[in-house]
Parts: sequence; C-alpha cells; structure tokens
Amino acid sequence: MKPGPSSSPAASPLVSDPPAPRRVIPIAAHDSALVTSLYQSEGKIYPRSVSGWFSRWRWTLVWATQLLFYGLPWASVNGRQAVLFDLAARRFYIFNQVLYPQDLIYLTGLLIMSALALFLFTAVAGRLWCGYACPQTVYTEIFLWVERRIEGDRMQRMRLDQGPMSARKLLRKAAKHGVWVAIGLWTGLTFVGYFTPIRELMGQALTASLGAWEIFWVLFYGLATYGNAGWMREQVCKYMCPYARFQSAMFDRDTLIVSYDPLRGEGRGPRPRGQAAAAYRARGLGDCIDCGLCVQVCPTGIDIRNGLQYECISCSACIDVCNTVMDKMHYRRGLIRYSTPNGLAKGLSATQMWRRVARPRVLIYTAVLSLVTLAVLGSLLTRAPFKVDVVRDRGTLARVVGYGTVENVYRLQIMNATEQPQVYRLRAEGLEGLQVVSLDRVEVAAASALWVPVRVQMPPAAIDPGSYPMAFRIEAGEGGGLQLLEKSAFVVPR
Amino acid sequence: MGDFFNVGWSWAVAIVSLVSIVACAVLLWLAGKAKVSAAAVARGDNTTGHVWDEDLREYNNPLPRWWMWLFLITVVFALVYLVVYPGLGSYSGLGQWSGQGQHRSDVQRMRAELAPLYARFTATPIDQLSRDPQALAIGQRHFMNHCAQCHGSDARGSKGYPNLTQGPSAWLGPLSGEHIVQTISQGRQGVMPAMGAAIGGEAAMSDLAHYVLSLSGSPHNEIKAFSGKKHYAACAACHGADGKGNKALGAPNLADNYWLHGWGEAAIVSIIKNGKSNVMPAQSAWLSPEQIHVLAAYVLSLSGPAPVTVGATALPARTP
Repeated sequence: MKPGPSSSPAASPLVSDPPAPRRVIPIAAHDSALVTSLYQSEGKIYPRSVSGWFSRWRWTLVWATQLLFYGLPWASVNGRQAVLFDLAARRFYIFNQVLYPQDLIYLTGLLIMSALALFLFTAVAGRLWCGYACPQTVYTEIFLWVERRIEGDRMQRMRLDQGPMSARKLLRKAAKHGVWVAIGLWTGLTFVGYFTPIRELMGQALTASLGAWEIFWVLFYGLATYGNAGWMREQVCKYMCPYARFQSAMFDRDTLIVSYDPLRGEGRGPRPRGQAAAAYRARGLGDCIDCGLCVQVCPTGIDIRNGLQYECISCSACIDVCNTVMDKMHYRRGLIRYSTPNGLAKGLSATQMWRRVARPRVLIYTAVLSLVTLAVLGSLLTRAPFKVDVVRDRGTLARVVGYGTVENVYRLQIMNATEQPQVYRLRAEGLEGLQVVSLDRVEVAAASALWVPVRVQMPPAAIDPGSYPMAFRIEAGEGGGLQLLEKSAFVVPR
Repeated sequence: MGDFFNVGWSWAVAIVSLVSIVACAVLLWLAGKAKVSAAAVARGDNTTGHVWDEDLREYNNPLPRWWMWLFLITVVFALVYLVVYPGLGSYSGLGQWSGQGQHRSDVQRMRAELAPLYARFTATPIDQLSRDPQALAIGQRHFMNHCAQCHGSDARGSKGYPNLTQGPSAWLGPLSGEHIVQTISQGRQGVMPAMGAAIGGEAAMSDLAHYVLSLSGSPHNEIKAFSGKKHYAACAACHGADGKGNKALGAPNLADNYWLHGWGEAAIVSIIKNGKSNVMPAQSAWLSPEQIHVLAAYVLSLSGPAPVTVGATALPARTP
C-alpha cells in the first residue's frame, strides 16, 4: 500500500467488493467526514486500556528500555561511570572502551546498523520499532498509565474533560501533571547524566547548585518528554516523525502488518450472543460485531478496518482487544491479526506467509546488516588501545646538523586509549640509517593525548636530495606490545 | 558593517528581511481564515474547491492547528531576534552583540579563570619556575603555538632560526630569565654589515672563511686559513680577537661549532660579502606579560643542565 497522504476513509484495496454500508464510528468530537478549513484542530484521543499478548510485549519492552536508560548511567566500571560522554574532554567512555573523537567511525557504524536493522524489521513485520521500542511510544505508554491511574479509563477521562472545573477535577489534573513533570525532570536529569557524571549531577540537583547549561538541558529534555508524551502523542508520529513516513515505503505485499480480515469480518453488525454462524451469515453478517473497541483502543485514533493507514504505528492494541471480543463471542481469534496483503488476498496460511519472509529483499538486508555488524564488532574488538598522528614540522622541512647529518622534526600525537599510564617506544624505519635521536621512549598518562617532538636523523650523504616515504613504528609497552605503523616523509635538502 | 558598499545595501537587506517576515505572517493569517469553497463542501469529497485544468482538484489535507501556531512563534522569534541581535543591515541590535566582542569576552573569561594560576607563576622567579612541571607544560603549549613555527617543535631551529637548546655558551646574550623575557616581548634585530669591500676580493674572502673555520677547529685549508688571518682584523672589532664573539654587541661566537647561517666556505663567504640582517619579531602584542613569564621559563629549561620532564614527556637533553 502506498503511504497515502491522508487518513481519508478510502477503502483498503483488499476490499474489492463494497460491503454493507458502514456506520461511521466517531473517533473524537471533531471527526467528521468533511473538513472545511485548511487547518484542523486535532481532537484529543482517549485510548482505552487494553491487555493481551502484544500489550504484554510492549510493557516488557517499556521495562527493558527504561531500566536500561535510567539505570545505565549509575553503573560503574574501573572506578568511574561505565557510560559517560565527556564532551568537554572529548573522551567517550563505554564500559571498558575509551573512545576518542577519531573513533567517530564507530558512531557511523552504529547508525548504519540501526538504519539497516530498521529496514530489515520493517520489511519483515512493519513498524515494529514504532509499536514497541520508540521512545515516543514508550513514554506515551508510561504517561497514559499515569493518566489512567489518576483520571480513570477512557470514558471517565472523557467525562472529566467535558465536565466543568471543580475541586476534584483540579486536584486530578494537578496530580497528573505533577507526576508527568516529575517523570520528565527525572528523564532530563538522566539524559544529562550521560554527559556529566550522574552522581555529581544528582548531588548538585539536590543542593540546587546545578550549572546553567545543566539546568538548560535538564529542562529542555524534561519539557520535551512532558510535551511529547503528555500533550503531543500521536501528533509526533503523524506530523513530525520522518521515520513514520519512510517506513511505509519499505513495505511490500509480503510484509506482516496489523490487518483486519475483511473477507471474514464483513459485513459488520450486532447480533445476539451465541447466534449460530449460519444464522448471522444468512443475514449478510461476517464475524465483526462492530463493537468499535478496535477504534477506542487505537492511540492514533484510526479505524484499522479501513486497511493500512500511515497513522498506524503497529502497536497491535486492536489485535489484543479484538481477540478478547472474539473470545467472548466464542469466535475464532484473529479477525484482526498480523498478516500480509498477499496473505489476505490469496488466503495464505501462517506457514506460507512465514516462508515468504525469506525473500530477496529480506535476505539482502540480513546479509548486509550481518556484514556491517561483524565488521564493526571485529574492528572494535581488535582496536589498538592507542593512536598516533604524525605531523611534520612545516617551518623547517629539514636541517643539516654537524657536518652534513640531515635532521627532520616531527610532532607525534600519541593518544592513550587505556585507563592506565602507558609507555610507548618509537622507531623510524623505511630508509637505511634512519634513526630517532630524541627520546624514543614516551610515557603517556591514562586516557590522555600527548604531543611529542621527535627528531629523526640520517647520516651525511647517504641519499640524494628529495622527499622519501618513511614510517614511524610505535610500540606499546616495554617490548612485545602492540605496534602501529604511521607513514610520513623524510626530506633531504639540496 | 564593512561588507556593504554603501548604506543602500544595508537598507535593502533590512527591507527585504522585514517584508519577508511580514509576508509570512500575512500568508499564515489568510490561510488560517480560508475556508473550503461551498461547491466543494456540497460535493463532499474533501477537496479544497480549487479546480485546475478543468478537472484536477486539490485534496484537502489540513495541517494541524498547532503547527500554524509554531509558524507564528517563528515569526515572533525572528522579529525579537532582529531587534536584539545584528541582522537588519548595519543595525547592531539592542544587545550590541558582535563576533569580535564575543571573542574578547571569551578571552577575558579564560584569562580571569587562569589568573590565580598565573599569579602563582609570576610570583616565582623564572629560573625557579623553569623546574616547575606545571609551568613547563603550559609553557610548552605556548611554545608550540607561538614559537615552533620558526624554532621548530623541538626548539632546535634551523638555518637562520636559532637553536634554543644550545646551552649558555651559544646564546647571544646572558642566559637569564630577564634576557629571554626581553627577547620574547620586544624581539631582536641582528645586523652584520656587508664586509666584502673592506676585505677586498673573492680570494681574500675565501681565505678569511677558512680562517673562520679554523677558529672552531672545523675542517679547513691550512694555507688559506694562514693567509686569511690578516683579513680577520676587520672582524675582530665585533667578534673579538679570538673569535669568541661579544655578547654585549650581540656578535656571535665564531669559535664554537654552532652555525646559525650555514656551515662551510660558501656560506661564510656569502655572509662576509653581503652581511646579514635577521629579525625575531616582538611577541608582546598577543602574549600577556604573565604568559611570556611562563614561556621564558620553558625556553630557559631547554638549555638547562638536565632533561626536564614536562607532563609525561621527557624533553630532549641538550646536545652534547
């Protein structure tokens, strides 16, 4: 299905024959078939609470991601914060690794892996990221839970909002926003805690002695959390998020998506409980009893029975709620289920659909993702725990000392990526007779970089004037350690 | 604002900016009030009523109202920004912000932050400071930024640029903190007049050059050096009868093995013939007296008797 520009009730292409006339289910007060302005005040959506298999999965992921996010800054390794991005000192501590700005390639690798993983998951089963792991979904879920605890479920919330202001209403609203703001501030503090040691940060927060930038960023991320998860919600997915739109471009007809089975469901309509299938089929009814619960639970306020829509974040709340209805009616589950457009159109079985997962697009994504992941991991594991940059002195290309000995001066920046002081030994090679005559043994403090002037000499009249490629061999430790070879040039003057 | 040829440009920029912002606001206001045409409402197909090319109709996909408010906020922000910051032509803004001003205040803030550290350094005599690892680490960074371009990262200079690690004998002056401070802040000028006419002739200069070489025990032609000795009288006034130079005059020692302007007959003849003028530029314009104090300690340490440890680096010992 094309990523349509609208949420219009255009019928899904899966429904070829127009079924019985549809009742339009009011999603929110504003929702009508006709919009007469070029701007639209979006009505508030009151998602009904839902429980079920997919809902449990979402809550599992909420716990997993949030324990990780809130907990990680508190972990310690080597007597320091395990994950700390020290922007001022430009050192990035990730467990045992100390990364330098020169290691930016790993960030690139991580982003490429994330993009490929998104492509892969989306091609296989649609917007899994949106439905289960995206911070927007996760925080909205948490904020909705708070809202539900304080204001009650869908109907109570709607009634509270419609009712006049009262002490009870004020109290509930204040309590809700108070808890939201607290969660937002804690999120802001935690986020800043990835860049400023979190224990110091919390201490400063408790004694109200935070620096100006810390305050700014804590409030910035706190406000972003509060605003996006409390007020904006589905508006973020519909109008701000670029991923929402481009993920739809990765769907094909074998992608598993949350789908309503129109062949089984249409036509919709109420029927007495326990009526035999033959009886309601005879009246032109399918399995959909048109209870409207799938619309009420939808956090983006769409009707999944209209087919795939760009607003659908694949949260599967409608699957969960429809399954409970099917159970109550003693119908087969899965009127709304994960299925593929091909599966619905051709009536494929689950096994047949799963077999189609192994199609070229998915296999290529998997292969590329595995290759990139292996390359990044391999490179990270075999990364030399130090780096060297060689910079030739520019003011003086070469000089003659004594009776014709040629001397070149270099500056070596030695970056120690370990958390212990290290000794490095320097050698010049690549030309006969080349020799480091300044100190060839350098000690660099833990996680520090040091500029070292190095003099290299060549015996008199050994070679003709010109520029010759040479290299420095830098060895960690007192012998037998890891070695790096850094290329440079040696100039012999005329 | 020097980017503009004349005042007209400033006005043009200001007018174009303001008209654009106002036009955006008006467009927002008009679009916010616009309604779908009655015909389209009657058709009931959610189009805007805009029909083009006979039957092309525009689907009405309304923007959320809050988005319009965001646009309005950007309009207000732009106006406030243009009042406070420079942006409208040459108007400098209520906040009087400028890139240079920002730089100046950043520099001032850093100086204020470092003031206690430098106060301790300036209270310490330079020769004592030249053994303080923290001062040397800072001094080395100043050296790398301001001195290494000519004198080299290792301070050993090159042809025309003095080697600063030579030890007391090779300095053209007393090796003292005060002397180094004076050299760094005010610069130096070294002048040797052209002596070609006074010596007379290529052969005489060649002989003299060999005599000069002999002063330091460098390889030379004994016969030429012997005949060159008589010409040396012209040099002795400054460089001394024994060739050991004169620090008060800034005349280099010719009897040591340090050759600032090149070694060998050709280089020496060239200097005798053409003279030499050499300049070390004054640094006081961009280095504060406190910074020069610390830098001088570092330079002094380069000629020190023992290798000095800076940070974690052992610096090269003086040449044997």
